Amino acid sequence: MHTVTEKELCQAVSDATRQALAIAETHLPKDVTAALQAAYASEKNPVARAELGAILENIALAEETNRPICQDTGVPVIFITLPPEIPLTAAIEEGVRDGVARATASVPLRPNVVSPMTRANSGTNCGEGMPIVHISPGDTFTLTALPKGAGSENVSRIAMLLPSRVDDIRRFVVETALEAGGRPCPPIILGVGIGGTFDRAAFLAKEALLDPIGDMNPFEQQICDDVNRLGIGPMGLGGTTTCLAVKVKQAGCHTASLPVAVNIQCWAARRATVEVVL
Amino acid sequence: MTTHLTTPLGDEVLDLNAGDRVTLTGMVYTARDEAHLRMQEEGFPFDPKGAAIYHCGPVISGETVVAAGPTTSARMNTLTGFLLDAGVRALIGKGGMNADVAGLLRGRAVYLAFTGGCAALAASRMKVRGVWFEELGMPEAVWALELDHLPLTVGMDAHGHDLFGDVAGRAQAEFARMFPK
Repeated sequence: MHTVTEKELCQAVSDATRQALAIAETHLPKDVTAALQAAYASEKNPVARAELGAILENIALAEETNRPICQDTGVPVIFITLPPEIPLTAAIEEGVRDGVARATASVPLRPNVVSPMTRANSGTNCGEGMPIVHISPGDTFTLTALPKGAGSENVSRIAMLLPSRVDDIRRFVVETALEAGGRPCPPIILGVGIGGTFDRAAFLAKEALLDPIGDMNPFEQQICDDVNRLGIGPMGLGGTTTCLAVKVKQAGCHTASLPVAVNIQCWAARRATVEVVL
Repeated sequence: MTTHLTTPLGDEVLDLNAGDRVTLTGMVYTARDEAHLRMQEEGFPFDPKGAAIYHCGPVISGETVVAAGPTTSARMNTLTGFLLDAGVRALIGKGGMNADVAGLLRGRAVYLAFTGGCAALAASRMKVRGVWFEELGMPEAVWALELDHLPLTVGMDAHGHDLFGDVAGRAQAEFARMFPK
């Protein structure tokens, strides 16, 4: 491979961003669709079945017509893995911004990003510190788009629990789902970050949402079952399907701390990974 | 059983019960927070008698509805009275509304829940017929959309029943059993 110029790097990242967003917004990941189909098959409540039926019809229509699954096309959260031979330069973030602006015009996406105080809309889904870009070392050059809607983000929570009360983690996560009720568009997926620091716990919770939802460990399964016992159901209209999956990520923390963050994800759990081609 | 409704709506909405499935055909008008404030101040750009208001910030491209799922209705809890006083018969959105709105609906109107996030499904059942307050921006403007059998669930009926409230109450009780203080 020849030495990559800043311009080539920016262009490649821009193309990958635009492509990953276009796929994520219109095609739900297979593991999420499979979980919704399984829920539809097992749900007994007629209202819940009708809601899940509408969701499955919507997913099929979005795929067929290449239209966004949900009108809240979210804010772009981008995860990049960088192989050793690619330099970490400002061209990468610049490429992401360019790709987000292009996707906003071409998919099209709803321009959601505003200045937090003036509420002025940039029109491009870019702003100060937005899109959010996480870069980590990896073997291959990949880019993952996780567009995040506001309905589920707004009812996410973080708490600094008592280190002597590890058992309260479960209660806090289930209570977060209870208080959210129908607002985050259930069936939901819960990303849970335990440990680290105040900010790291929130990041872990978001990162947990990148994992495929097929498998759960016993702790995750228990919380998932607890949430489903609440009977909130699809859209808060009742039913046995409230939570499709719980995914937990941990980090070491201060002996005097127990940070716990819960990032709620709506059923439209959009994520897509593409290779950045140079 | 599914009841098929057509706008403008009349007393037929009084026969509906929370949990019923319906379809809605005909003109509806989108309105979010900003549009409610504007109509409260300046009056209605459309005839509110028998009208259905859709809590929605759509993505429109030219004449085409690209995506038009519902937004969270609870944000409009305190902005809804004047609509019902003017003769609006149905509110469409997601997540339901509070007890004050449940009281205001009594004997007059219903709240219809459309499945949150189902923007492509919604778009496939509607056409753009007009727009007002476009200066508020695409999501906040009032769009006249013509529906063709949009599938909905009666979330709150005109008799004071609130499916969202019932479900939330049962969830609270179950949580208290799971995690006793």
